[in-house]
Amino acid sequence: MSSLAARVQNIFDEPGCAKNGSKSEAERRKGCTKQLQPGSAAGGCAFDGAKIALQPFTDVAHLVHGPIACEGNSWDNRGSVSSGLNLWRTAFTTDLNETDIVFGGEQRLCKAIKEVIDKWDPTAIFVYQTCIPAMIGDDIDAVCKAASQRFGKPVIPINSPGFVGSKNLGNKLAGEALLEHVIGTQEPNYTTPYDINLIGEYNLSGELWQVKPLLDELGIRILSCISGDGKYREVASSHRARAAMLVCSKSMINVARRMKERYGIPFFEGAFYGIHDSSDSLRQIARLLVERGAPKELLGRTDAVIAREEARAWAAIEPYKPRFKGKKALLITGGVKSWSVVAALQEAGLELVGTSVKKSTREDKERIKELMGRDAHMIEDMTPREMYRMLKEAEADIMLSGGKSQFVALKAAMPWIDINQERCHAYLGYVGMIKLVEEIDKSLSNPMWEQLRQPAPWQVLAKAMVQMRSPLAEIACDPALGETARRAKEICLCNKVDLGTIEDAITAHGLISVEAVRKHTNAFGGCCNRRIEGLLAASPSVLPQAAE
Amino acid sequence: MALVKASNKSCAVNPLKMSQPIGGAFAFMGLRGAMPVLHGSQGCTSFGLTLFVRHFKEAVPLQTTAMSEVATVLGGYENLEQAILNIYGRAKPKIVGICSTGVTETNGDDVDAYLKLIRDKHPQLAKFPLVYVSTPDFKGAFQDGWEKAVVRIVEALVEGPGVSGLRDPSKVNVLPGCHLTPGDLDELRAILEDFGLRPSFLPDLAGSLDGHIPDEFMPTTTGGIGIDEIASMGRAQWTIAIGAQMRRAAEVLQAKAGVPFRLFERLCGLDPNDEFITFLSEISGRPVPVKYRRQRGQLTDAMLDAHFHIGGRRVAIAAEPDLLFDLSSMLHDMGAQVTAAVTTTQSVVIERVKTEEVLIGDLDDLEELARTKQCDLLITHSHGRQAAARLKIPFYRAGFPMFDRLGAGHQLSVGYRGTRDMLFDIANLVIADREENHQPTPDSWRAPPQPPRRAGHSSLGTAERSIA
Repeated sequence: MSSLAARVQNIFDEPGCAKNGSKSEAERRKGCTKQLQPGSAAGGCAFDGAKIALQPFTDVAHLVHGPIACEGNSWDNRGSVSSGLNLWRTAFTTDLNETDIVFGGEQRLCKAIKEVIDKWDPTAIFVYQTCIPAMIGDDIDAVCKAASQRFGKPVIPINSPGFVGSKNLGNKLAGEALLEHVIGTQEPNYTTPYDINLIGEYNLSGELWQVKPLLDELGIRILSCISGDGKYREVASSHRARAAMLVCSKSMINVARRMKERYGIPFFEGAFYGIHDSSDSLRQIARLLVERGAPKELLGRTDAVIAREEARAWAAIEPYKPRFKGKKALLITGGVKSWSVVAALQEAGLELVGTSVKKSTREDKERIKELMGRDAHMIEDMTPREMYRMLKEAEADIMLSGGKSQFVALKAAMPWIDINQERCHAYLGYVGMIKLVEEIDKSLSNPMWEQLRQPAPWQVLAKAMVQMRSPLAEIACDPALGETARRAKEICLCNKVDLGTIEDAITAHGLISVEAVRKHTNAFGGCCNRRIEGLLAASPSVLPQAAE
Repeated sequence: MALVKASNKSCAVNPLKMSQPIGGAFAFMGLRGAMPVLHGSQGCTSFGLTLFVRHFKEAVPLQTTAMSEVATVLGGYENLEQAILNIYGRAKPKIVGICSTGVTETNGDDVDAYLKLIRDKHPQLAKFPLVYVSTPDFKGAFQDGWEKAVVRIVEALVEGPGVSGLRDPSKVNVLPGCHLTPGDLDELRAILEDFGLRPSFLPDLAGSLDGHIPDEFMPTTTGGIGIDEIASMGRAQWTIAIGAQMRRAAEVLQAKAGVPFRLFERLCGLDPNDEFITFLSEISGRPVPVKYRRQRGQLTDAMLDAHFHIGGRRVAIAAEPDLLFDLSSMLHDMGAQVTAAVTTTQSVVIERVKTEEVLIGDLDDLEELARTKQCDLLITHSHGRQAAARLKIPFYRAGFPMFDRLGAGHQLSVGYRGTRDMLFDIANLVIADREENHQPTPDSWRAPPQPPRRAGHSSLGTAERSIA
C-alpha cells in the first residue's frame, strides 16, 4: 500500500506524457501542476477531477466521504448519459458534522456503506476521500477493505482529497484507483479479436452514440469505456481488450500506459472531433486490431465506411461554407480539444483568430501550428477582460468555450457556443461535426444579436430630450434667442466688447474705419483690428449711411 | 405544531443541503464592488461558483485562497495574505468578504488574527474593508452562512446615527433572507418607494445578480449596496427584516445604532402582505396607493381561481427553513395539505410549519415520504427533478439552486403580485399534469373513484371535532 504522496509523485513521473518526458529530472520532481495562485485560481480540485473521471460508471454507487460542501454543492452537474441504470446520478455523502470531525468519521462511513448496500444493492461502491477526513486521518482504504470483505462486494477507495492538487491530478488518481483495485479483477464472458477499450471518454450528451454505430457496423466491440456509460463489470474485465484508444489524453494517460505495460494492450491517442480526426481514429483502431491478430479485411471495410461517411459529411457542410466566409471564431478550451476543434472549424470555413493552449501539451501546440500556420495566435492564459475586449472590438464573431466564460461573450452581445462538459448537444464523429456547424450557423445568423447591440429606443429618445434642453437647441428653435446669441459674441477680447455693441455703433454713426469704431466703442482695435475691418466690409447697411 | 425530527441515517442521499461558506459568499455578492473569497481548497470555490453560475446564468465573482496540502498543514496565513493582495491589486474591489471552509476550520486557522497581521504588514489595507465570517462546511447549511455573513457585515460596516442622533424619517433598512430572489427585492423596493420610503437593502442581490448587462467587464460584483450606504444604515428610521434568519442581524443593528426593527417571517400570501402593507402605511404616514388596492383584488381573485387545483393537493416540499415555512404556509392557506416536509437546518419557524412532522434530511427522504404518503405535487430546488420523474408527479422548482430552468433570479413570491403569479404557476402545473397524465381512457373509466381529499392540515382536526 503506497502512501498518497508516493502515488502523486508516481503520477508526475509519467513516461507516456510528452511534456513530462522533455523535463529535467529536477523539474519532473516538482510535478506538473502549476503552483496555485491564491486569489486568482479558478479550477476544480483533485476530488472534483476524480469524481468527474469515475462518476459516469452507471451501476456504481458513488459515496463521498466528507462534509456537505463536496457533494451537496456539486452533485448531478455532469451531462454524461447512461443507456441503462441511473444509479450514478443518485448522490451519496456521509455529510460529516462537527462531532465526526472530533471523533473521526470512519464509523459513519462504515454505516453509510451498509445503508447504501441495503437499500440500493449496487454492483460496487466507490468511496471518495475529501480534504477533511484526510486531515483528521480517516483511513478509507482500511474501511473499504473491511467493508468489501464483510459485504462481499467491491468497495473501492478513491484517494484524491481536493487539496493535493488540480482536477487533472484527480483524473489520474482516479485512474490509479482503477488500476489498483478494479481492472483485471474479473473476466469477460467471451472475447473477440475486435475488442477495444475507450479511455477518457465520458459520453457527454450521449456523444459516444454518434460514433458507436460505426464501430458496431465494423464489428468492433467496445469491451469497456472508461468511463462514459460504463459498467463496473466491463472495466473490471477490460484487461482482455486487444487495443485501446485514449480519447482525452490529459486525464487518463496513466491508465492507458499501465495497461500496455501490464497486459500488453497497445493504445493510441485520438479524438472523434472533426472529420479528419474521426477518420484517423477509425483507421488507427483497425490498424491496432489487425496488428494484434484480427483479420486483415477489417482495414478495407474501415476505409469503405470512412469514405462513405466523409462524403456524406462534406456534402452536409458544403452549403455552410459561403455563410461562414469571413467569420472569425475565438476558441477557449483546453487540452486535446484545442487542436481537434481547430481542425473541425477550419473544415467548415471559419477563420480562427485565436485558441487557448492553457492545458495543451507541447505536442498539442505543434499540431495547432501545423493547422493554423506559424503565426497561430495561441493564448496561454487569457483573462476574461481580454476575451471581452476581443469580442467587443469584433476581432471575433463567435466564441466557443466552456460554460464558465460564456457570460463574457454574452455580455458583449456576441454569439457563443458551449463545447465543454455542460453542453447540451453532442458534437462527436461525422454527424457531430455537422451538428456543430449547424449550431454555429444558427447562432451567427440569429437576428437577435443585432437587436441586442442596439441601444433601447427610449434611450435614444432620452438623449434627444437632453439635447433639446441644451442652450444650443433652444437658440436654434427661437430666432430672437439666436439673434441675442449672435450679438453676444465677443469681438474685442481685451476690453470685452461684443458684436452687438460694435454693429450698433457702426449703424448709428455710419462708421467706416477701425479708428472711428475705436472712438465710439470701448473696442481696443489691437488684436481685434482684422475682425472689425471684416465687420465694416461685411455690413451693407454701412455704405448707404456713409454715403449720406 | 409540527414535530421536528432529524434523520438518523449515516449516508445523506441526494442532498437537499448546501454548505455554509457559499451561503456566506452569496451574501457578499449583494454588495457593490465586492469580491467574496472562500478560505479553503480551490475545489470549495469551484463547486460554489458553478452552482451560482448555473443558477443565475451570470458571471459571478468568487475567489479562493487555493489551500494546498502543504498550506493546510502549515496554516493558511500566507495563502490568505497572497489572495487578499492579489485581489486588492487586480480586481480592485471595494470590499473583500472572506468565508472559512471545512479545511481551514479543521486545521484551526485564526483568520481574525491573520487579518490583523496582514493589515499591520500592508498599510494600504489598514482601513480597507475586509470582513471575515466563520462558516465551517460541517456545520449548519446555506441559510446559516447567509445569516452569519449579514450579521458580520452589520457589525463591521454600519455606523451609529451620529452625534446629533438625528434620523432620516424616510430611510428604511431592509434585511432580506436568502430565500428571496433579486426579482423579489425589486418588487419590495417598488412597494416601499410607492410609500415615499427610501429603502437600503442589505444584501442587495437585485443590484448585482438581476441579469443586467454592464457597460464594461468587471471582475467584482457590478451592483448591490455600496459600503457608504451600509455605513449610513444606522441613521434609518426603521429596519424591516424578512425571514426568521434575519432576526439576529436586525437585533445587532438595533443594538449598534438604535434602529427599531420589525420582522416579517413570511411575505407570500394574502395575510402576511396585508400586514406588511399596513405597516408601511403606518411608518410612512401615507394611505395605501390605489395600485395595491387593485393588486390585492387581483390576488384574491387568483386565489379563487387557483383553489380548485391547489386545494386538496398532497404536497411534498423540501427547502431551507424560511422558504419552507413561507411556501408551505401559503399552500396551506390555499387548502393544500403539506404531507411531507424536509428541511436542512434548525430554525425557530420549522415547528410552526402546518404539517405533522418536519424532517431535517435529504431529497431521498423527501422522495420516500412522497411515495409512501402518495403526494401529488413536489416542491423543491432543481435537484428534485430526478425524484419527480421517478414519482411521476408535477414538480414546482423553488429555492436555490435552480439550474435547469431560466429566470431563477426573477421568480417572484413576495407581495400581492408575486403571490398571484406563483399561484398561477403552480396551478398551471397541476392542470398540465392532469392533461398529460391523467386523461380518462376507455380502460380507466371503470377505475374506482379516488378517495375524497381533505383540504388543509389543521382544518381536519376541527372538521372531525365538529362532526363528533
